[in-house]
Amino acid sequence: MKARVHITLKSGVLDPQGRAIAHALEALGFDGVQDVRQGKYIELDIAETDPERARATVEAMCDKLLANTVIENYAVDLAD
Amino acid sequence: MKSAVIVFPGSNRDNDVRLALADATGRDPTMVWHRDATLPEVDLIVVPGGFSYGDYLRCGAIAAHSPVLREVAERARRGVAVLGICNGFQILTEAGLLPGVLLRNANLKFVCREVGLRVETSQSLFTAGYATGQVLRIPVAHHDGNYFADDDTLDRLEERGQIAFRYCNADGVFGSEANPNGSARNIAGVFNETKTVLGLMPHPENAVDGLLGSTDGRGLFAGMVEALS
Repeated sequence: MKARVHITLKSGVLDPQGRAIAHALEALGFDGVQDVRQGKYIELDIAETDPERARATVEAMCDKLLANTVIENYAVDLAD
Repeated sequence: MKSAVIVFPGSNRDNDVRLALADATGRDPTMVWHRDATLPEVDLIVVPGGFSYGDYLRCGAIAAHSPVLREVAERARRGVAVLGICNGFQILTEAGLLPGVLLRNANLKFVCREVGLRVETSQSLFTAGYATGQVLRIPVAHHDGNYFADDDTLDRLEERGQIAFRYCNADGVFGSEANPNGSARNIAGVFNETKTVLGLMPHPENAVDGLLGSTDGRGLFAGMVEALS
């Protein structure tokens, strides 16, 4: 089973990289970009086939290692 | 004072801190490779600067979950003094031994220069060699030293005297121009609640030899020797 993890900065946490990307887009002539937030995408291939157990395991991975929950949120998607 | 320095793949200030400790204590610290099964009984554990595990995932994240760090955390819980410098500070926050987190520098640049540092309290085993309010010159060298914690946490740190050092100008005043990385409230170093764990971004181990400029880092090592011997 594949698990897809999106890790994003919590609102209120300054994202200087996102800001630099917004400026670069503006310089390229893309108008109207009001905000850019940069995050991470992690794809996991796991042996577990039960979706509930898989979700619980991947969430534990996020809490323990993949995300720093002081500054980051995460979302887990499962796919066969 | 017996000390140990933890060495990870990618640590690069481990020998600098070894020399500073050897100079201050008259005995070499034990260098502990991250895979070594045993950590000797020591009075001080140092987690040095560098780029452990290539800064993969987040700075310090992989090292924070290595087996040796579990042992360091156990010792810290028993009250053994733990000092994290630069990447070591990042590792200790990732391991949950210190509050907050170190983000990418606000200006996105790697900053490598001497900065002004104000000693916020001399009431700790790490800062006893300084006077409260003393202004030091200590080098920094990092890309991710932008200290962040939510406002409630920052207020609590201030109330409990857990802020060890702040970036300041030559007069000890901290404004944004004296802040090299965008750190919240100019914070350069923090203690845990019992003040037995210290993390700081600047490198006191690189300010111990007059040939290389400032010797203001000596006070930290001398203070620790005094407190822990």
